Amino acid sequence: MAIEIPKEKWSGTVRAVTLGATRDQGGTRARTLTVGGETALPYHAFEGTAPHPPGLAIEVHDRKPGEWSPLLLQAWGPAVDDPGVWAKAAEAAGADLIYLTLSATLPDGKANTATNARAVVRKVLDSAGLPVAVVGPGQAEIDNELIVAAAEEGKGERLLIGICEEKNYRTIVAAALANDHLVQSKTPMDVNLSKQLVILIHDMGMPLERILIDPTTGALGYGIEYGYSVMERLRLAALQGDSMTQQPLIVTPGEEGWKVKEAKVGEGVPAAWGDWNRRALEWEALTANALVYAGADVIVLRHPDTLRRLRGVVDALIAA
Amino acid sequence: MALTGLEIYKLLPQTNCKECSFPTCLAFAMKLAAKQAELKACPYVSEESKAKLEAASAPPIRLVEIAGEEGKLAVGNETVMFRHEKTFYHRPGLFLRLKDSLPLEDLKKQAAAADAYKADYVGIPLTLDGFAVEAAGDPAAFAAAVKAVRSVSKKPLILLASAPETAKAGLEAAQGVRPLLHAANPGNWQAMAEVAKAAKVPLAARADTLEELAALTQSLTQAGLEDLVLDPGVTGPRDSLEKLTIVRRLAIKKNFRPLGFPIITFPGASGKADEVLMAAEHIAKYAGFIVLESFDPASLYGLLVLRQNIYTDPQKPIQVQPGLYEINNPKDSSPVMVTTNFSITYFAIANEVEGSGWPAWLVVTDAEGMSVLTAWAAGKFDSERIAKAVKSFGVEGKVAHRKVIIPGHVAVLSGELEGDLAGWTIMVGPREAVDIGAFLKAMWAN
Repeated sequence: MAIEIPKEKWSGTVRAVTLGATRDQGGTRARTLTVGGETALPYHAFEGTAPHPPGLAIEVHDRKPGEWSPLLLQAWGPAVDDPGVWAKAAEAAGADLIYLTLSATLPDGKANTATNARAVVRKVLDSAGLPVAVVGPGQAEIDNELIVAAAEEGKGERLLIGICEEKNYRTIVAAALANDHLVQSKTPMDVNLSKQLVILIHDMGMPLERILIDPTTGALGYGIEYGYSVMERLRLAALQGDSMTQQPLIVTPGEEGWKVKEAKVGEGVPAAWGDWNRRALEWEALTANALVYAGADVIVLRHPDTLRRLRGVVDALIAA
Repeated sequence: MALTGLEIYKLLPQTNCKECSFPTCLAFAMKLAAKQAELKACPYVSEESKAKLEAASAPPIRLVEIAGEEGKLAVGNETVMFRHEKTFYHRPGLFLRLKDSLPLEDLKKQAAAADAYKADYVGIPLTLDGFAVEAAGDPAAFAAAVKAVRSVSKKPLILLASAPETAKAGLEAAQGVRPLLHAANPGNWQAMAEVAKAAKVPLAARADTLEELAALTQSLTQAGLEDLVLDPGVTGPRDSLEKLTIVRRLAIKKNFRPLGFPIITFPGASGKADEVLMAAEHIAKYAGFIVLESFDPASLYGLLVLRQNIYTDPQKPIQVQPGLYEINNPKDSSPVMVTTNFSITYFAIANEVEGSGWPAWLVVTDAEGMSVLTAWAAGKFDSERIAKAVKSFGVEGKVAHRKVIIPGHVAVLSGELEGDLAGWTIMVGPREAVDIGAFLKAMWAN
């Protein structure tokens, strides 16, 4: 029996955004990462194209993270003590992007400094050939100081820098403009807020080809459905031609997934939660996996095993 | 596709006899369109119109129900492609495959362990929905396996048997319950249709292409079967996403009856895909029955929580009643903590405090069902609301101290709150619930 496949005709396209610059392009990266460019809903190959698979990023910190699960620290081993070694390990594990997070404090407890930020960014750039993202600890004053320094140090590398939020974006956007970088625009799970911040950043002169939307990620069991639906709505708006929603989407399931009790705690939890290591890995992978189907273009992960599993899913989804 | 009031009006007698208790046929038609009246209230509607109206009012995806000795599962009857458009209604069932080639004792042991599985998520009990018993071929062995599973579990069953004689034996062993029979295919459908019809059970139809599948369900419908389930034989994440999306679109947007049924998938059957992640795809993207190859609590818990999240009604955030909650029998010296009435937030904190062993008072403010950060950003969890909650819930009369702990994420509120809650010391707690025990130990002198 003949079936007519019901196809949607979309007028809009997600913008293609390229992270990283090679030597020819004024940077030093061995390769670049281009994401976006979709002309249909995620992996609906029967009605459109997705020229670039989502980029899988690995989070690297400037120093050993104090609050990380021992399971994660174990997975990376001694690499977590040195951001250069860690970046190299992430590259070897198959990441497309190094997502470098700068801490609020130095190991001695004092505030992190611009000098340290420069040194860490340099080390990561020298150790790995992947494109790099650099974000601050999320406290406006420290963020601005560290990210401006990082942006200067990485001038020309087309870093992704952030995180731009409604209350603090000007300094970071200015630093990105001055040093040829891209920015991460984050708003709390709301389509209109998301558009608004893109407009504000664009109004400062930032080309839309250099902005990624971070719609805010909720972990599995802790509000994942809010972010998931906002992403689906953003993607539908983009395909319907709403220009300010046509940025690729970046999500952080590694950070969110590993923050919750199911991943963090191994003892004193219900037996029905099962094996701790397995459960923790599922938590990150299931959070990330759901967002793949909602339209994630850059997916920031923490565990190498999750990277491997998500690569399998993404490869299978784009296979011809 | 639902008809409009005017379209319905054209099918009514148009005599305005008022016997339906509405003043005119048009008024009655409008009520029918809004599903606020039933067609049987009209004594004069023609048989022809009746058939048309009934066909049009049938849901685009048929609701199919199966039942065990205890517990039922109904899937289908979905109306949207995306949960934000309305909501997803009927959570897909998660089943564990058990093969009749296993020794009966092993089979029982596996079924009993999975049957007993029970987890709790924000006060909602989560369990496996049932078992899919698979026949290798021998009817007697299959019947014995079905009985063995039934001896340890009362959950709904799926019978995987494509040879009619074997299927019949399995259905006899399943007497008294309503399993799903899987599957009719283009080669065996006549015989399978007879078996399913005789036992009055839903039947799954399996074919490798959607064209063959639609032809197959039409044959089965013509043979008199109504409760059908589709098995499009998906092979991997992409094939699955495409087929299930197309089926859903055809049913919902085109009212294409041959594919207007719920779907069954076997995410781990090929052995090539990551079973857990493929099952997760099927939860989000359109399966009705999901049959798993393995039972691992650590993976099942995540899948069950995902299912709960995806099928939460976006219009109604799950909330708890604002108020003063007592945890571990607090005294007048116990800590007072503030949070919002989003139920995930509430349970994360209540469970943490309970598990820590600390007696505590939990002030749950009315933040319209939002989490701490979202509510704060939306102006629903500010100093004024917190102060109002602390005062109106009578916290002052319950504790001898004057200290209140606010979530670390809203540390910025502490200054203003000191003004709004005169006489109280504002303590800034941890950002994450998981750190509450350590925080109290370090910061609360008891």
